[in-house]
Amino acid sequence: MPLVEAVNVTKAPAVQDAGSDRRGDVPDPPQRPQRPSRFSPPRWRRAGPAEPPPVAVEQAEIAFSPDDPLLSYLAGIAEPVPVDRIPLDSPGTRALREAGISLVVPLVTAGELVGLLSLGPRRSEREYSTDDRRLMQDLATHAAPAVRVAQLVREQEAEVLARQRIAQELHVAQLIQQQFLPKELPNLPGWHLAAHYQPAREVGGDFYDFLQLPDGQLGVVIGDVADKGVPAALVMATTHSILRAEAARLVSPGDVLRRANGLLIEEMPPHMFVTCLFAILDPASGRLRYANAGHDLPYLRTAAGVVELRATGMPLGLLPDMEYEEKEVVLQPGQEVLFHSDGVVEAHGLHREMFGFPRLKELVAEPVTGGELIDRVLTDLSRFTGPGWEQEDDITLVALARLPGPALSWPAPDETMSLPRDARVLAAFEVASERGGERRTLPILAKAIEPLGLPKARRDALATAVGEATMNAIEHGNDSRPDLLVRVVVAATDTAVLVTVTDQAVDGPGQQDAEVPDLDAKLAGAQSPRGWGLFLMRELVDEVRTRDSVGGHTVELVLRRDGPS
Amino acid sequence: MSPRFGIRIPRARVVVLDLSGDLRGDAREDLEAAYTDAADREPQSVVLNLTDVDYMDSTGIALLVGLLARTRRDGRDLSAYGLSDHYREIFAITRLSEFIRIYDDEPSAVGNVPAGT
Repeated sequence: MPLVEAVNVTKAPAVQDAGSDRRGDVPDPPQRPQRPSRFSPPRWRRAGPAEPPPVAVEQAEIAFSPDDPLLSYLAGIAEPVPVDRIPLDSPGTRALREAGISLVVPLVTAGELVGLLSLGPRRSEREYSTDDRRLMQDLATHAAPAVRVAQLVREQEAEVLARQRIAQELHVAQLIQQQFLPKELPNLPGWHLAAHYQPAREVGGDFYDFLQLPDGQLGVVIGDVADKGVPAALVMATTHSILRAEAARLVSPGDVLRRANGLLIEEMPPHMFVTCLFAILDPASGRLRYANAGHDLPYLRTAAGVVELRATGMPLGLLPDMEYEEKEVVLQPGQEVLFHSDGVVEAHGLHREMFGFPRLKELVAEPVTGGELIDRVLTDLSRFTGPGWEQEDDITLVALARLPGPALSWPAPDETMSLPRDARVLAAFEVASERGGERRTLPILAKAIEPLGLPKARRDALATAVGEATMNAIEHGNDSRPDLLVRVVVAATDTAVLVTVTDQAVDGPGQQDAEVPDLDAKLAGAQSPRGWGLFLMRELVDEVRTRDSVGGHTVELVLRRDGPS
Repeated sequence: MSPRFGIRIPRARVVVLDLSGDLRGDAREDLEAAYTDAADREPQSVVLNLTDVDYMDSTGIALLVGLLARTRRDGRDLSAYGLSDHYREIFAITRLSEFIRIYDDEPSAVGNVPAGT
């Protein structure tokens, strides 16, 4: 009875599988051959009788290269063969000889070599007999399918484990990601906000955020970390925290990005960077200031078409000491901005074509209300990619729509109207052009400027000037038509209060109070007793500017905060 | 309907017009009625009590200009009291205070206005 010294359990590859390595993730892999292969190197292990053999048994491990001709030779002959009769001088053959193997018994099932029984010399020091070999062959015939089944089970278990680990990682990345996404949308009267975040299976590092800032302003962030999985999620979390901290301290989007870049440079793993757009919306005036660190440009739908909101800047975390251009735009009622991540425009269709910017721009062009823009984009995207699409990257969309005003129609956007960069809007509102409508502006004005702590005389002076400007707008610009509105915006800088009063200019380009009132002339009947409005404004505040544009006259009143009281 | 603005005669040939609320263009008829009422008393001086006037705008100024022109035609003195600092300033800006003497309160107004002979 020959001693079975060891069982070499291995799975020989089909030749065409030799190049692929789908088992690379299997935990606790057996000793691997040099080159990637599905082939598992042999594992020698003891499989002798239950009782210890009477003689000490040597064990050896032999690694076969998957393309060793020995393997195909053994698969081909499929019967026990003495090692010294193998007509090959391959590394595997030499290894068998060096290990002192006399007889190898290929375990072949379904034409596939799944293992070897390798036997040392007979203890009698005679050659293995024909009977011995037949016995071994019988054993191999029965053992091979069982070994194959065991291998399959083990492979499957390993695959399950690998899948679980990947799933676990995905889950962790998703958890981090979701932790930092806003739980709810801010509620802004007069605005509709919508956001959509759709992670790819392997989370791509997209993020967005809304930040409540002083004076009722809203910070809007959209960004994308240039990596995937847990590392990207961690960088995203860091960026998120830095932006939150900096936005609370700094008033300008460009400064926020500049500081964030400086801080991220220190923490960023190599080859990673973050694209990010940061915008500050003043909901009262519709003013949107923004800066961009290499993120896809947002689209703004205006009456004249869709425009890109451009501002230049490098992605965060690449180079130190970067400056970020800052731009601004005033969102008019009915206008909408769409912020997006590249997961949309870089999505591939059925024929590998990209979704692309023009297609997204066209979707923005069509006026929609409420949250429909994002729905429209997603619907179109799903039509484009077709069913069963495996999403390649995260998709993030944030839409910011200013609801149409209560007026029948608001004048065309007056793009020349822009407040100083450091102005904060304290109030913005409209009054109907009814008799006495200007009186309604005064309590709102008083409340708006209350925090500024102006002396009473300055407050009164401003109130009278605003009242006069509003009355002019009602009676002249809007011809006292109650269906038309006068819009009042109250803003402040560190040094001045600014109030703009805009009508709808149904009287055409107008010039009221052209004549400087002269009391003597009035008393003499040479001038109308009226005509004091513009004169009072000019006398009471530090500066009065008027601006005529199609669809609206605007009067700007500037009152210095340190002016004489 | 009772007149919106009452008149009083605190002293011979002095009539006080008690104005109140918003003094704006739409108070024209009420102000004219009060002055007509006052003029019937043949006063030498007309004193505007502005203590209860909350708000005055350029159209209210225009009313006062019209009233001033009329009193001047009628050969009467026009004065006022009860103005806040703000409206004092507006009277100064418009030069109304060159023609309408401003007093701090009713006694000083009534005591100092000309009452004729």
